[in-house]
Amino acid sequence: MADLCDLPAHALTERIASGEITASEVAESCLARIEAVDERLGAFLTVTADLAREQAASAGASAGGVGGIPLALKDVLATKGIRTTCGSRILEPYVPPYDCTAWERLQAAGSVLLGKTNCDEFAMGSSTENSAFHPTRNPWDLDRVPGGSSGGSAAAVASGEAVWALGTDTGGSVRQPASLCGIVGLKPTYGLVSRYGLIAFASSLDHVSTFTRDVRDAATLLSGIAGHDPRDSTSLPEPVPDYSAGLDDGVRGLRVGVVESWLSGEGVEPGVAASVREGAERFARLGAEVDTVELPNAEYALSAYYLIAPAECSSNLARYDGVRYGHRAPDAADVVEMNMRTRGEGFGDEVKRRIMLGTYALSAGYYDAYYGQAQKVRTLVIRDFAAAYERFDLLLSPTSPTVAFKLGEKTENPLAMYLADVFTIPADLAGIPAISIPSGLSDGLPVGLQLMGRALDEATVLRAAWAFEQDLGFSDRPPLLQELPA
Amino acid sequence: MTDWETVVGLECHVELSTATKMFCGCANVFGAPPNTNVCPVCLGHPGTLPVANRRAVEHTITIGLALGCSIAERSLFHRKNYFYPDMPKNFQISQYDLPLCTAGTLEVQVEGEARSIGVHRVHLEEDTGKTTHAGSTGRIAEAEYALEDYNRAGVPLVEIVSEPDVRAPEEARAYLTELRQILETLGVSDVRMEEGSLRCDANVSLRERGTDELGTKVEIKNMNSIRSVERAIRYEAERQAKALEAGETIVQETRHWDENEGVTKSLRSKEYAFDYRYFPEPDLQPLEPSTEWVEDLRKALPELPAVRRARFAKTYDLPADVAAQLADGELASLFEAAIVRADGLAPRMIANWLTQNVAGIRNETGLSLEDLHAQLDTIVEVIKLVDAESISSLAGKEVLEEALKAKRQPLEIVEERGLKQVSDSAELLRVIDAVLSENPAQAEQFRGGKEGVIGFLVGRVMKATGGSANPKEAQRLLRERLRA
Amino acid sequence: MPVEIDVDHVARLARLALTDDERERFRAQLGLILEHAERVTEVAAEDVPPTAHPLPRANVFREDVPEPGLSHELALSTAPQAEDGRFRVPRITEVE
Repeated sequence: MADLCDLPAHALTERIASGEITASEVAESCLARIEAVDERLGAFLTVTADLAREQAASAGASAGGVGGIPLALKDVLATKGIRTTCGSRILEPYVPPYDCTAWERLQAAGSVLLGKTNCDEFAMGSSTENSAFHPTRNPWDLDRVPGGSSGGSAAAVASGEAVWALGTDTGGSVRQPASLCGIVGLKPTYGLVSRYGLIAFASSLDHVSTFTRDVRDAATLLSGIAGHDPRDSTSLPEPVPDYSAGLDDGVRGLRVGVVESWLSGEGVEPGVAASVREGAERFARLGAEVDTVELPNAEYALSAYYLIAPAECSSNLARYDGVRYGHRAPDAADVVEMNMRTRGEGFGDEVKRRIMLGTYALSAGYYDAYYGQAQKVRTLVIRDFAAAYERFDLLLSPTSPTVAFKLGEKTENPLAMYLADVFTIPADLAGIPAISIPSGLSDGLPVGLQLMGRALDEATVLRAAWAFEQDLGFSDRPPLLQELPA
Repeated sequence: MTDWETVVGLECHVELSTATKMFCGCANVFGAPPNTNVCPVCLGHPGTLPVANRRAVEHTITIGLALGCSIAERSLFHRKNYFYPDMPKNFQISQYDLPLCTAGTLEVQVEGEARSIGVHRVHLEEDTGKTTHAGSTGRIAEAEYALEDYNRAGVPLVEIVSEPDVRAPEEARAYLTELRQILETLGVSDVRMEEGSLRCDANVSLRERGTDELGTKVEIKNMNSIRSVERAIRYEAERQAKALEAGETIVQETRHWDENEGVTKSLRSKEYAFDYRYFPEPDLQPLEPSTEWVEDLRKALPELPAVRRARFAKTYDLPADVAAQLADGELASLFEAAIVRADGLAPRMIANWLTQNVAGIRNETGLSLEDLHAQLDTIVEVIKLVDAESISSLAGKEVLEEALKAKRQPLEIVEERGLKQVSDSAELLRVIDAVLSENPAQAEQFRGGKEGVIGFLVGRVMKATGGSANPKEAQRLLRERLRA
Repeated sequence: MPVEIDVDHVARLARLALTDDERERFRAQLGLILEHAERVTEVAAEDVPPTAHPLPRANVFREDVPEPGLSHELALSTAPQAEDGRFRVPRITEVE
């Protein structure tokens, strides 16, 4: 018998609305789970138990809403009065004086905040091992990583510590950990959810994204955070549809393109390829028209990404200089020394690498060859998708080439780590919606299947994912949870 | 000695007088206590984003139009990356290869000759905060620490870059004076150099006259008045000429103008090449001003100073200097309003009264322009009284001052102080006859051809009437009587 | 071929104090990463416009209307060091 914290939000909402349970009971259930497992998982950096209890006590719930449901936020999302570190020493003392728009909206709708989750420092990484504080472990196997960079949020939702959570996806940082933790990760269209208060890694690639138990919850949580925000110039003005409305319409007639070269490419584990191929067949059985598709320039996407993202990062992270907030190195003789030592001590290896990479890519003489050329390749990637969407409604691929890998396995080899994002990066470059849903297990570890849709066509992505999820009935739970006392 | 030609390009930074900052809703005001007009955005807090101020973009386009620039169909904000503690994000949002306005000109008059200075570009950016170097001596090099106030950080700043068309310190002054006049007329900035809302750097180089190639340029900063700019350029051109004559080469560098010593000084900053790593600001969208938008702004342009000066001179038949003084001054609108009300009065008379008397009274009393507009009828009435010779010019000034200060009716003051001129012949003749009979010797002298003595006799008439006689009329009648 | 980069120059531009160990490690790692990233130069894209935003829009503005900012106290609350209502920093020797 599952605890309340193991149920999807829509099931909880129904029961709260009917008076069968209270939001406080749900919050207590999550807090108890955090108490029980987080010492081993390390999903949270800050637990806001008092705030959660207070918010739960006054929260109401209505069907299709976010009210009363306990939430975790990746620690790159600014929360007023609540320490927000980005998993970095340099922001260890930082308490933002304002709220990010996503949390502001959820809070106004009665959402309950459990705390801030661990992540790779400034969202740079694919394993959550780059957190300055501690790594997060995968609830399916504590020797393995939960993926990253939003590994804390993924592990929290997979383990019942939170019912759902927000993360950020710049190169796959929500979809890849969702895949590795056996849950649903949705990255919406660029500009659909405000980035105001998302502490920037790479501005043109950062997306506030969701982790949920199932696809219906993804639709609900997205509805809670989507929509135009005048504080974000890249926020889209288009009206937001009701994402839950057409969920049950099925996939009959939908044209699904399988990105064959990704599936058959080297580096894809056989168990992953097999699970995703089965997934494609399942779509065909459900009435979708399934065929193969090629994205010829996607093979350059990773290279383009590792120029564009570090370039933007080098500029975005320049503000951490020890002057206005955050860590400051003591006893410097002058301001330059203070800046250099503050940043030298405050940033970890991966952040330094990317700042260096981006600084170099933008510096005199290299701009055109690197950043300029990468932006052109980005255009070609976008054109590939546009061509594909003339024939298909959705593209299907693995989310990650592998299942969860062992802690320490890739930390010495940055390039190997970067390859974990090879299938998720193209959708970030193109700004299109993409979801990772569990497609089964491989050697006892979850495999994620990725569906990518047209810009602003979240509805189709969600509808297809929901149909798939209902048909598959993936109900495996991390072994960790089976060990818990009843 | 070689005949050196001075080549100067001017870079002006203009703080726009918008209500709010460039990328956030903080108030854009000068002189507030430190760090009281700040928010997460302009303090560069993690996660915050800029949103462009529409009015600042409009002001920039307006400036471009006034300077005859082309307005870009597509313009981008870029990030200029460098570290300095007065810059909250350690990059400045500025414009790079796609500025809003390009290729304009500014016509100036230098010693009566027209010169055309090219305007290379006009772009929009954000201002930095203000650093105070703290320490015993107040000198940057000896400061112990520094303090940062971010009230100014994010204030919209327009950079206007001239072509290297300026050939003399006087031309630089003329360019800046004209530019300031234009900006003031447009109402887009306070243009106060002493408050830093107009700042100017000069790039100075020399070349042998007759050659086309540009010499090595030196950037001069830290000039806080137009006069300083002129002096600094003069000094720097002489310094470079001396150096070149001595066989030295000019080093490309930045030098600070020292107002007290009247010299430019090398900053001798650490040998370090700046590499700003410009790239398009990903948090902002492109600017694509539509033709309609630009044309609306063009239609809304006020009359520019040069046009107004020419119109004043031509329409009102004023000497060029008076026309310029009026057209460029704050009293231009008052002048035009007075012309409308004062049917029959010569514009030149109104111009003289405004530039001499009204301007003087304003200086003494501190009356605002609004006060003067409100009392325009009073001003016109006084000028009419003088014009009709009802009161003397001197009395007119006295009446005007009292009327404006105390907001009283001019005629009331004339009556009260008995300032009305006596022009009535019968009354004047009575006095004249008395004066002539009291001063027979002088009357005799006049009749004998010594006409200069008339002044003495007019003086007696004035004295006898307590100053209220119309002196012109008195003289005319005196002559009539003496010749009779 | 791994790309050779001037680590000291780049670290200085980025204001990062690096240890000797970091300097050597980054030199090797960045060389390999750049070698991979340089693959973008293989793509023929002379006539392709660059993409800065995946879904570009234009003319996004706010109106020139003041909004409340932070209180002076809250503005300075995060400062590592403050004095006289301002953020205090060590002396500045370089002039911009």
